[in-house]
Amino acid sequence: MGVRGAATAWGRLDWPAASAELPFGDRRAALPPVEGSLLAYGNGRSYGDVGLNPGGTLLKMRGLDRFIAFDADSGVLTCEAGVLLADILALVVPRGWFLAVTPGTRFVTVGGAIANDVHGKNHHAAGSFGDHLLSFELLRSDGARLICSREGNSDWFAATIGGLGLTGVVTQATIRLRRIRGTAMGVHNWRYTGLDEFFALNAAAEQAHEYAVAWIDCLAKTPRGVLMAADHGEGDLPAPHGAKRVPVTPPLSLVNGLSLRAFNAAYYGKSWPAESRQHYLPYFYPLDAIHDWNRIYGKPGFYQYQCVVPPAAARDAIGEMLDAIASSGQGSFLAVLKNFGDRPTPGLLSFPMPGTTLALDFPNHGASTLALFERLDAIVRAAGGRLYAAKDARMPGDFFRAAYPQWQDFSRFVDPKFSSGFWRRVMEQA
Amino acid sequence: MSKRILIIGATSAIAEAAARQWAARGDALFLVGRKRQKLDDIAADLKVRGAANAGVFEMDATDVAAHAAMLDAAIAGLGGLDVALIAHGTLPDQKACEASVTMTLAEIDNNGLSVVALCTLLGNHFEAQGSGSIAVISSVAGDRGRQSNYVYGAAKGMVTRFLQGLRNRLAKKNVQVLTIKPGFVDTPMTAAFSKGALWAQPADVARGIVAAIDKGRDEVYLPGFWRLIMLVIRHIPEFVFKKLSL
Repeated sequence: MGVRGAATAWGRLDWPAASAELPFGDRRAALPPVEGSLLAYGNGRSYGDVGLNPGGTLLKMRGLDRFIAFDADSGVLTCEAGVLLADILALVVPRGWFLAVTPGTRFVTVGGAIANDVHGKNHHAAGSFGDHLLSFELLRSDGARLICSREGNSDWFAATIGGLGLTGVVTQATIRLRRIRGTAMGVHNWRYTGLDEFFALNAAAEQAHEYAVAWIDCLAKTPRGVLMAADHGEGDLPAPHGAKRVPVTPPLSLVNGLSLRAFNAAYYGKSWPAESRQHYLPYFYPLDAIHDWNRIYGKPGFYQYQCVVPPAAARDAIGEMLDAIASSGQGSFLAVLKNFGDRPTPGLLSFPMPGTTLALDFPNHGASTLALFERLDAIVRAAGGRLYAAKDARMPGDFFRAAYPQWQDFSRFVDPKFSSGFWRRVMEQA
Repeated sequence: MSKRILIIGATSAIAEAAARQWAARGDALFLVGRKRQKLDDIAADLKVRGAANAGVFEMDATDVAAHAAMLDAAIAGLGGLDVALIAHGTLPDQKACEASVTMTLAEIDNNGLSVVALCTLLGNHFEAQGSGSIAVISSVAGDRGRQSNYVYGAAKGMVTRFLQGLRNRLAKKNVQVLTIKPGFVDTPMTAAFSKGALWAQPADVARGIVAAIDKGRDEVYLPGFWRLIMLVIRHIPEFVFKKLSL
């Protein structure tokens, strides 16, 4: 319920500030009358400027943190848009339910999860967050309140899922949860060497398991890594306790060639039990156990580059990207590889599409980092892929518009009072 | 064992945060406040979070004539009463109060007299019952009058003194009287202030309240470091203190 602190993005790059940050704590209230543009701001876990509104007003949504209804028999939950996924888990896990889709951090709001149509390790089996969204209320700047679902206002429903907060403010939402029979996860690990082995192992893992994701050591000469698949298990395991915190921001990134090579070698080499049982928290949210982990990249901040490339081109495009990264001398600490499933996305601008997604973190070294991204962009464009707006801080506008041709259709739904740093950037508006 | 808890000023941020903690452990709640819609929204939230019950009652705490009916409704709604938390209050505009006797008295009424009235009623109820807890949100501002908010401080000081006496009286009757003295808390009431390191979050203050009631404490500063700060503030000699700009 607190409203302290200036809005930031997770990548900690140096963005110009909003002209005002106003708490929005009453879902029945009208939007505040402001000069200039508005954007809802949740928990600040988007990496770049998709959740920022430099020069405009941010509506801070964490005050909208009330539950509205929960049916423990059907697993249907209604809550305000500022509720964190962490709050939902704390409520529903003891009652035998789990989020149908969760991203890699539970510290995001429901509104943010909708606006970015987030995905998780079960995309091949369950699709994205929007696939389990039953309805929501959209508050427009003209005061209209649209109840949106697949049955009513379905065009607004599709525009707002993955709509980057530009269609108005989501005040409350109803989601469908999935049953679990305990907090335990059954986890399987396989080391792989080379992308062919990854694709073969991953195809088999996706057949057999709800969750599948791979870590990749992008500094190794031949790409190698660990594929981790899992399913919800039966029974409860104790929750690991005590999160750590990165207490200060070092002046320089602690992630550099040396530390990365050492980390990757140690991580690959550590013991990976073929089968194990694990509490859901460390399985889904390993980094949530280290508060403010984004500080390790130091004062300059960092970029995340997440792309998806279609199946036919995936093997070669991923290989080319890894080569480009290796030859640039810039390595990524958290490199994640995952296949998306074939189901059509629920939102007009949803990121997932059939194919393979690669997510990489890079310390911000300025021009050299941006130059690497241009090379990666060229590979992704040639492969017919696209980048994830929630992670982006720099994609060129023409790339966005070419990769998301639905943007023109989407524009009709953009609220005239709403905008974001990201939107002005990719639309090349002043 | 689940408790039956009455919360007056239930829409305040600290009270709502405390109510969530009680709800999560299955206590039964009865929410009193001025805004019906907000009470209903909070009650719905608390039921989802696990509250055994969450009744609501619309009342302005300064309407002393309504207190008895409110208490009857709470006892009827909860099937008895174990704990009462009094959390309502306003932060007066000190400068405006200096220019207006009416406003000054209204603030004293809301932050002080209404609390005295409620505690009188609740004290008698719990005394007759031979058990119960009265927890009241006073303030560190009640520990010493300062130029920047002495109207608020006077009202809270009255509450603190009144509770001391009530505690002394009810201690023999197995009734807990808890004085809660929060420092700066980041709530809508203090939205206009710029926030520094001394500011606490409502959920943290609420955790302290819930624990202090459970442990049968008499007085808590929240967060605890305020006990030390106020010890120093209270001991500055008046001839020095009057010259400070606090």
